[in-house]
Amino acid sequence: MLFELARVSLSRAGRPVLRDLTCSLREGASALVGPSGSGKSTILRLLNRLSDPDEGSVAYRGADVREREPRALRREVCLVPQLPALIEGTVADNVRFAAACGERNPDVGRLLRLSGLDPAYADRDGARLSVGEQQRVMLARALALEPKVLLLDEPTSALDETARDAVEATLTELRERLDLATVTVTHDPAQARRLADWIVRVDTGRAVEQGAAAEVLQ
Amino acid sequence: MTGIEVSVGEVAASLALIAVAIAVSLWRRAELEEDIAVAVVRSLVQLVAIGYVIQAIFDVDSLWLVAALIAVMVVFGAYTARARAAKVPGALGPLLIALSLAAVATLGLVLALGIFEPEPRYLVPVGGMVIGNAMTAAAVALNRLGDDIEGSARQIEATLALGASSAEAAAPIVRRSLRSGMITLVDSTKTTGLIFFPGTMVGMLLAGADPIDAVRLQLILLWVLLGSVAISSVVATGLAYRGFFTPAHQLREPPAP
Repeated sequence: MLFELARVSLSRAGRPVLRDLTCSLREGASALVGPSGSGKSTILRLLNRLSDPDEGSVAYRGADVREREPRALRREVCLVPQLPALIEGTVADNVRFAAACGERNPDVGRLLRLSGLDPAYADRDGARLSVGEQQRVMLARALALEPKVLLLDEPTSALDETARDAVEATLTELRERLDLATVTVTHDPAQARRLADWIVRVDTGRAVEQGAAAEVLQ
Repeated sequence: MTGIEVSVGEVAASLALIAVAIAVSLWRRAELEEDIAVAVVRSLVQLVAIGYVIQAIFDVDSLWLVAALIAVMVVFGAYTARARAAKVPGALGPLLIALSLAAVATLGLVLALGIFEPEPRYLVPVGGMVIGNAMTAAAVALNRLGDDIEGSARQIEATLALGASSAEAAAPIVRRSLRSGMITLVDSTKTTGLIFFPGTMVGMLLAGADPIDAVRLQLILLWVLLGSVAISSVVATGLAYRGFFTPAHQLREPPAP
């Protein structure tokens, strides 16, 4: 298994977000599906220790994530947030910044192409891009770390249908080209079916069902 | 330089300007009359009290008493600055360290360079100015730190998600907070003598000092204060930002998903 969560509970501001949650995410392409507020994004944050649970355990490839140095874990299991959050500067500045966090030497053009952006975007001001373009830059930043797992939080939530289809095609191609494992959070069961082979359905902080996409999302 | 004597009657006469302030507040319904009255009473009580304390210290002529007074000012200043930086968790510790270092470093340097003699009549007023300015700078810096970390939580999390350390993620915000702490005194030092006369120089002129002596002493104090606010701002922000992060490089209060 890629990730295993065992009896995980977490509260925020006194409100329970995850309640005794147990589930597994397989190697390959997995998705966490559920309505807004169900705890999907919170689960994602536990996978690379952006947060820790109040109770329970999270294991990555058989080892408790708390046994890993958090920064090294996040470079290997890289989270792409739902909303873009670029640093000031150009697209290339952002990609190099991310690469420097992992002490990598980036091929900016290649990373942009992998993310579905023309390399000519490298010198453009990140703040002036569209939301969809910024999200692709966030993806390029994550890829600059050469991760083994990508965690994608609602990767197309702010996009129209055309842009959404383009991003999904990019993600599918990335998985195949780079042999990346992915965990995608989405509220859209149809998108989960397109992007993942293994589904965990989440509702009110619990995993209510998990299994092959064809079975869970019939 | 001759001494200057101020009578109680003369102090009372200046209350006419307080009456002007209260009248303006009433006229424009600014609702500051109570605050002005509290300010007048507090300034009267506090300055009279500290005046007698300083007189006692001068009479005893003990550097230990001076050190004790400076320590009390550091503690009081740290608590006051903490009240202004309510969004910064665990701010008291960094503030105590920042103000202590600012006081020790600047007064120590001033004495080591022979700028002032190690006497209460120099150390008490200069120490008070150093700690007061260091406190204000640290409070402004930490206030900015708290606001910016709250407002940039998404940006910080995105940087942490790349495997950056909490220091790396907070670095731009710490830098901006440091600037905020220092910029006010830097700007006022740039314009001193053009737009306003600083307090020490005014006091010395009123006491009959030679203007050139007054200017020299004022320059010494301005430059000493610049050093002290730099020390207090960099130490306060450099230590306080850690309160927002866990040892595992997580933001303690992450943004809602």
